[in-house]
Amino acid sequence: MSHSSAGPEHFHAQARSALGDPQLRQNFRGAMDYLQDKRKSAFFDPVEEAQLRDLSAAIRQRCLSKLPQLLEQLEANCTRNGIEVHWAENDKEANDIIASIAQRHNAKSIVKGKSMVSEEIELNHEMAKLGIECLESDMGEYIVQLDGDKPSHIIMPAIHKNKQEVSDTFALHLDDFEPTVDVDELIQTGRSHLRQKFHDADIGLSGVNFAVAETGTLCLVENEGNGRMCTTVPKVHIAITGIEKVVEFLADVPPLFNVLTRSATGQAVTTYFNMISSPRKNGELDGPLEVHLVLLDNGRSQAYQDEEMRKTLQCIRCGACMNHCPVYTRVGGHAYGTVYPGPIGQIISPHIMGLEKTKDLVTASSLCGACGEVCPVRIPIPEMLQRLRTHAKNPPKADIMPLKGQASGASTLESWVMKGFVLAATSPKIYHSATWSLSKLNAFMPNHIGPWTQCRTSPKPADKTLHQLIKIRHKKKSDKP
Amino acid sequence: MRIYPAKPHTVYCYGTCLVDMFDPEAGLDAIHLLELQGLKVIFIEKQTCCGQPAYSSGYTNEAKRVAASQMALFTEPWPVIVLSGSCGGMMHHHYRRMFQGDNIQSHVEQFCDRVFELTEFLVNVCRIKLEDKGDLTSVVMHTSCAARREMNVHVTATQLLNQLCNVALQEHAYESECCGFGGTFAVRHPAISQAMVEDKTHHLLETKSVALVSADWGCLLNINGALEYQGQSMKGRHLASFLLERIGGK
Repeated sequence: MSHSSAGPEHFHAQARSALGDPQLRQNFRGAMDYLQDKRKSAFFDPVEEAQLRDLSAAIRQRCLSKLPQLLEQLEANCTRNGIEVHWAENDKEANDIIASIAQRHNAKSIVKGKSMVSEEIELNHEMAKLGIECLESDMGEYIVQLDGDKPSHIIMPAIHKNKQEVSDTFALHLDDFEPTVDVDELIQTGRSHLRQKFHDADIGLSGVNFAVAETGTLCLVENEGNGRMCTTVPKVHIAITGIEKVVEFLADVPPLFNVLTRSATGQAVTTYFNMISSPRKNGELDGPLEVHLVLLDNGRSQAYQDEEMRKTLQCIRCGACMNHCPVYTRVGGHAYGTVYPGPIGQIISPHIMGLEKTKDLVTASSLCGACGEVCPVRIPIPEMLQRLRTHAKNPPKADIMPLKGQASGASTLESWVMKGFVLAATSPKIYHSATWSLSKLNAFMPNHIGPWTQCRTSPKPADKTLHQLIKIRHKKKSDKP
Repeated sequence: MRIYPAKPHTVYCYGTCLVDMFDPEAGLDAIHLLELQGLKVIFIEKQTCCGQPAYSSGYTNEAKRVAASQMALFTEPWPVIVLSGSCGGMMHHHYRRMFQGDNIQSHVEQFCDRVFELTEFLVNVCRIKLEDKGDLTSVVMHTSCAARREMNVHVTATQLLNQLCNVALQEHAYESECCGFGGTFAVRHPAISQAMVEDKTHHLLETKSVALVSADWGCLLNINGALEYQGQSMKGRHLASFLLERIGGK
């Protein structure tokens, strides 16, 4: 079954459809419970956890504070190492760069390690137009690709499916598959189908977790070994990353790697940690002959302009905010209709896609704060959401760069309601007459008030307000002899 | 960690608009609890709402006007005791944020420093000792997300209930998870809010507790509405009313 969505502007319908799917609800609740427990046991010491998060936040803030210089340094050091660096302003430019590399090598197939940025630029779709096949080699992405679907989580793309559903997918698409719900057998099946693909692919494409400016090193964190296959077996390796992933020093990597794996899957370390510092050198037996790095902006510099919004770019893509979000847990990743779902998606997507399309996403949070509570680099996600809501409602101020789609959520009716609210809340007389009328009209409160009474009774104001009761109390006291 | 002042002689009580309209008795009970601590409690007649509905909906300028009007009412340097963790978070943290860089910033910060949620004030400033005069019972508590994550007062609310020797405080599954209220979130995203509140009521009922308490009327408006819709007999009350009743103050 495909869960692919039509985009963030259809969030309401997509969320309703997800909420109406009991199997999906159960799959997500189970998976999120599991991941929450794993994270909890990985951060067993709250003092150490706080220190690690402070350190990681400080590293990310320092690196972002000198982002332009670090990117230049990264480019210089990568180039010196023999890695060819490309700059892409947007998705189209990134695809054009990758297409031209592919065409130069007459490539027909690209094997991919998981890369959310390649999802962001819709690489598979764009390459297919040119007759180039992109094959996902991360097990979750592979399953999702067989389904003609998209990832529903940034770390665990097929987390919306249980083992029976994975078995059904394999049975539908793989010729020699004997249906089973044994997880090891399922993984083995996937792996054996991918094996030959690694060997035959013309190009390997991966994401980047950390790009080290100091040394020109690209770090890739993974568990399945597919990332290493993609970056070593084909004769050309293309790495693609958002510009925010640069770190200043090699020494910045261990603390970030530490909080990344613990926050994401509760692991102390992952099975594989790849550091790519050059193409194959003379005398070496393996490795790609060419390594390319594509640095993608795609709205990130807009977030960068605003010092508060810049915190969004601290993200190291661990997915912990999703795993702890009560909204994500209930609607799943596809409902968001964005590449990055959940809380981080709600604050990064407006910069990538503009607020016209994403204005419903920024309101789709109860601002409960669970995301901020677990973010390993301390991004204040609820505060960012509140800021984005302000941008959705108000035209830009003269001194601040407008956001793409700023004020697109402005509504005349709502702004009048708010004007009324301000009037009542700043004028005690109006406030008192409003609350007094509500208490008097108690008996006439309608039984149905819009969406509120879909699952709740209508709220009943008390007969007398606190203000009135206090007046009575004072009177009684002063009446006493 | 917040550093708490010595116990004052006088405090302001900030009732919040929801307590004002939906549970005024809880406001009187909170005042009574504070008075039993030997405090003089001033309730400013002109107080209205902290402005959170505007703030969380993206109407920051409007929220600032409301905030300024409220802060102007509390002229004496006495603590302002708020009967909700969520409004407390608004007045203690978000007022500070809203007026950052403003020419009245330092004035605002002085006000924010004086804002305390009821339970944190009772525990950390009054050092309250509760003598339970009620029968054996069991209770389950819901804390709002702001109470928990902005004000850290789920701790003090729990401490108060734990002082009651005849009350068994039950834990419920997913205790730290949001009930789905979130102010305008509940009406902007009703289907998601419904899923959240239905799960919350399920987990609260699972404990088979006799009573449900919370120190936040926003959550109670949501949870009580859902419980009543489902025909359940459980009904949440403000923690202040429950405490006062247990110590025989009612």
